[in-house]
Amino acid sequence: MTSIPKDLKYTREHEWAKQEGDRVRVGITAYAQEQLGDVVFVELPKVGAKVTASKGFGVVESVKAVSDLFAPVSGEVVEANGELQQKPETVNQDPYGRGWMILIKPSNKAEWDQLLTAQQYEEFLKHGGH
Amino acid sequence: MASRYIANTAAEQRQMLGVIGAGGIEELLVRIPAKARLSRPLSLAPALAETDLIRHMKGLAARNADADAHACFMGAGSYDHYIPSPINHLISRGEFFTAYTPYQPEASQGTLRTIYEYQTMIAELTGMDVANASIYDGASSLAEAALMAHAATERNEIVLSRGVNPLYRRVAATYCEGPGVRLRDAAAPEGVTDLATAKKLVGPKTAALVVQSPNFYGCLEDIAAAADIAHAAGALLVIAADPVNLGVLEAPGRLGADIVVGEGQGLGVPMGFGGPNLGVFGAKKDLVRRMPGRLVGATVDRDGQRGFVLTLQTREQHIRRAKATSNICTNVALCALMATIYMATLGRQGLIRVGELSTAKAHYAAERLAKVPGVSLRFGAPFFKEFALRLPKSPERVVAKLAKQGILAGVPLKTFDRGLADCLLVAVTEKRTRAEIDAFADALGKAVA
Repeated sequence: MTSIPKDLKYTREHEWAKQEGDRVRVGITAYAQEQLGDVVFVELPKVGAKVTASKGFGVVESVKAVSDLFAPVSGEVVEANGELQQKPETVNQDPYGRGWMILIKPSNKAEWDQLLTAQQYEEFLKHGGH
Repeated sequence: MASRYIANTAAEQRQMLGVIGAGGIEELLVRIPAKARLSRPLSLAPALAETDLIRHMKGLAARNADADAHACFMGAGSYDHYIPSPINHLISRGEFFTAYTPYQPEASQGTLRTIYEYQTMIAELTGMDVANASIYDGASSLAEAALMAHAATERNEIVLSRGVNPLYRRVAATYCEGPGVRLRDAAAPEGVTDLATAKKLVGPKTAALVVQSPNFYGCLEDIAAAADIAHAAGALLVIAADPVNLGVLEAPGRLGADIVVGEGQGLGVPMGFGGPNLGVFGAKKDLVRRMPGRLVGATVDRDGQRGFVLTLQTREQHIRRAKATSNICTNVALCALMATIYMATLGRQGLIRVGELSTAKAHYAAERLAKVPGVSLRFGAPFFKEFALRLPKSPERVVAKLAKQGILAGVPLKTFDRGLADCLLVAVTEKRTRAEIDAFADALGKAVA
């Protein structure tokens, strides 16, 4: 079973979200990176860009597929993981750690409660994950 | 009635009609109003025997004023450079002469390798890090570059010099209409882009400044200054260049261009009454993921042997659908092959020589023609192999008159710019001889006297 940390929230598009004070850190789940295979490119928004919950904020590309990245919550991008430009494989190696993608300053706190809990995400994966 | 050209037989037609429950083909057409239908047979001449048909077609073709039988001083984007004999022999080989670009690396190493060589040579000539496998022509390359700059910078305006080929500008306008990219013209009143005006137009909304050099009027632009203007505003610099000139002229990439596009027809591709042409497209490495078109890369197989494959295909629409970098999913492989053989045949020295001869002969011609009473050079800016002449008589009439004497004098500019209705654009390649240029000057003298 792939790892699903209990302290994170999840989307049905396989992003994770982590509350850090009043910011939300975002990446893709271990399941997502396994499905994608070797990640070769990650395209992220610029700092200052506005993102909207459930809308695309970037693109992750592996040797076999290219997928949109969806924002778990709306808000402003205050940081983007520049390391992924040079080392996209970090997403495979450490999806919940150094493979994070963006840090959002959320504009709508209510959206947080709409996200899946670890348990709900695990259920979701058991039913096929889509 | 059996037809030689329609594959299905009368029996098959009856069968198909039976399936859809129609009594006859006529029944399928009843909804077309009678007045919109032709009620008599097409009035076609009787079929000719093959020998008669060939004679007929050759007779028609002989009415063309082509560059083989005339001294061609026409340019304006398509040039009469010499095409070395090996090109036609090599491209006619069955392995290359196919109707479609082969994609499968296991079956197409030869083709993929020639495309890779093409990309490498174009990248080197233009001073770009990467070049694609080609696009249709100079116009579509330039328009794609505008869209690419728009995507890369997330900005919505393109500042386009009026020195850029007017046909390219029209294609760019068509491409930019859908995504809502605004084109703003930077004037080129004296044959070169007015950079002071361009500087005022380029700002925080500008995705790219687009300049052609040598431009449509043959004049050289200050690429480095244009680069400074674009980059100071965070915009990209797109340069349209003719690669055949780049044996002599500095690579635009070394002068600050971020994207180099152009018409590659001069690299061994026949003028062919306007096509097929060769769209050259190169970019800096950090822009490669935004680049349109096919791209061939070198790799190694599992046995460690060098091989070639299409690469970065996730930019393309068969994978990325609506989010692809462009609608271009093909290239003009055969024309790119002509260019590859051209560049390989001439080599570095040959390409330098073509450029030197073209520019030397063009300057000789300009001097000679401008001495004809009433004729003058329209612009004072330095030019490469093409220049605009102001004539005391209608350029259209002069062109018609000289064509009868075996001289294609140039392209009248009225169609492109009403303000230049008295001007003729004259191009001189390495193929033109001193005798031809002198004959042109004499004939022009008589035509305008």
